[in-house]
Amino acid sequence: MKLLLSILVMVFVLTGCSIKPWIEPYERANLADPIMNFSRDPVASSYINHVYEAREGARGAEGGSGGGCGCN
Amino acid sequence: MVQRVAQVVVVAVTKPSSVKTDQHQGNFHWSLIFVGVLGVCVPLMAAVLPENRADVMYHAYSGGGLDVGGPSILARKSIGKSTSVWGNYYVDTITSATIDVVTSASEYTEERTEKSLGADYLYDNTTLSLSYTNSVENDFNANSVNIGISQLMFGDLTTVTLGYAKGWDVITATGRPLVEEEADRQKYKLGLSQVITKNLLMGFNFETITDEGFLNNPYRQVRYLDGSGGYDKEFEEYPKTRTSHAVAMRALYYLPYRAAIRGEVRGYTDTWGINGNMAELGYIHPTKQGWTYEASYRVYSQTSADFYSDLFSTEAEFIYRARDKELSTYSTQTIGLGVSYEFKKHGWGFLDKGSANIFYNRIQIDYENFHDLRVTGVTPGTEPLYSLSADVFRIFISAWY
Repeated sequence: MKLLLSILVMVFVLTGCSIKPWIEPYERANLADPIMNFSRDPVASSYINHVYEAREGARGAEGGSGGGCGCN
Repeated sequence: MVQRVAQVVVVAVTKPSSVKTDQHQGNFHWSLIFVGVLGVCVPLMAAVLPENRADVMYHAYSGGGLDVGGPSILARKSIGKSTSVWGNYYVDTITSATIDVVTSASEYTEERTEKSLGADYLYDNTTLSLSYTNSVENDFNANSVNIGISQLMFGDLTTVTLGYAKGWDVITATGRPLVEEEADRQKYKLGLSQVITKNLLMGFNFETITDEGFLNNPYRQVRYLDGSGGYDKEFEEYPKTRTSHAVAMRALYYLPYRAAIRGEVRGYTDTWGINGNMAELGYIHPTKQGWTYEASYRVYSQTSADFYSDLFSTEAEFIYRARDKELSTYSTQTIGLGVSYEFKKHGWGFLDKGSANIFYNRIQIDYENFHDLRVTGVTPGTEPLYSLSADVFRIFISAWY
């Protein structure tokens, strides 16, 4: 079992190292547009995440921004 | 060249596997997974540090008898080619006359000040992050440290982020001098951002949070039937530990014209019995004149904590008891609108560009087992259900330099 896992992990790592990007650099103009950003304005998204965290029982996995104390 | 280096690393890591002990085989697996996850693979484009930028924001929240406003100033600056430092100064000025306050105490005003400092260090396609936050108010002091590592891989199409945070809280209570409690918090984060097509970006986030210590609000009370047709009150009592798991998927899609739609779903569960779901849709529309319009709609719902009750049957009915409306069963809907204007796009002095922004959110919360105790003269438990609406403003100016 461990040998099989070792082989699988080896295949994963070696295959991963040989993956070629399927989107060429010259095709990334749209992705580079500022509107294609999950957190375009960190100061604003951090604040609204804080509001949601204060008003909702759920917490975590908000994405790139945030931080702080997670206080009550 | 880089691939050759990767192969050498893999060979070096695999070598101990010839020693067939459980301990070495365990090391072998973890080492390989570490190499694979951190992606000692073929980077075609280099990772970059965040932009040099400063934001000055005024934020305001008003709803349910709670008014919170204040500034937030965030500035980031690169030092050399591989380090970026940032700082945030944030203030909440709070005037509270919420339903909890007006039914058990009197309106109060307080202030919370939060200061954060952080740094990011870029080495090749790896970004290491470290930050520290201190939050102070008259009855709550919180400190936290965040560390993170982010790796760009597979030709700049995949970013994997691992994060850990540790927090230390000290809780006191005005008017209750015997209350001085502590709580420790830990966060474990895993993030994956993936370019799917030249128009589609997706993100996956998973976070586990563990809390240990004094986790309830030292002021809030639960109510219980007093045996004579009315009710009385006693302080809440929460478990000393809480562990939660949240998983989120998000997507951004670039439309055939210059605009984007975004979507997000999140699932949540914790050891207090709360299960929550969230979904959000958004639309971003920039114009050639420098304006960007944004609209969003968000829904959230949750079940109540196992130890929550709007009305307990007797005093100290259970070991743990809560009547925090954020631990009850409820649903929320949020509409968001925003407009930004980008100015001086070709620079002005040392500035590269600037923007002025205003965002507005309207939150509607409908509670399903939290009753409005402002209504008196009725049988306990038959008061109307509580609901609130809140208006949230973010007004800020940003400058890039």
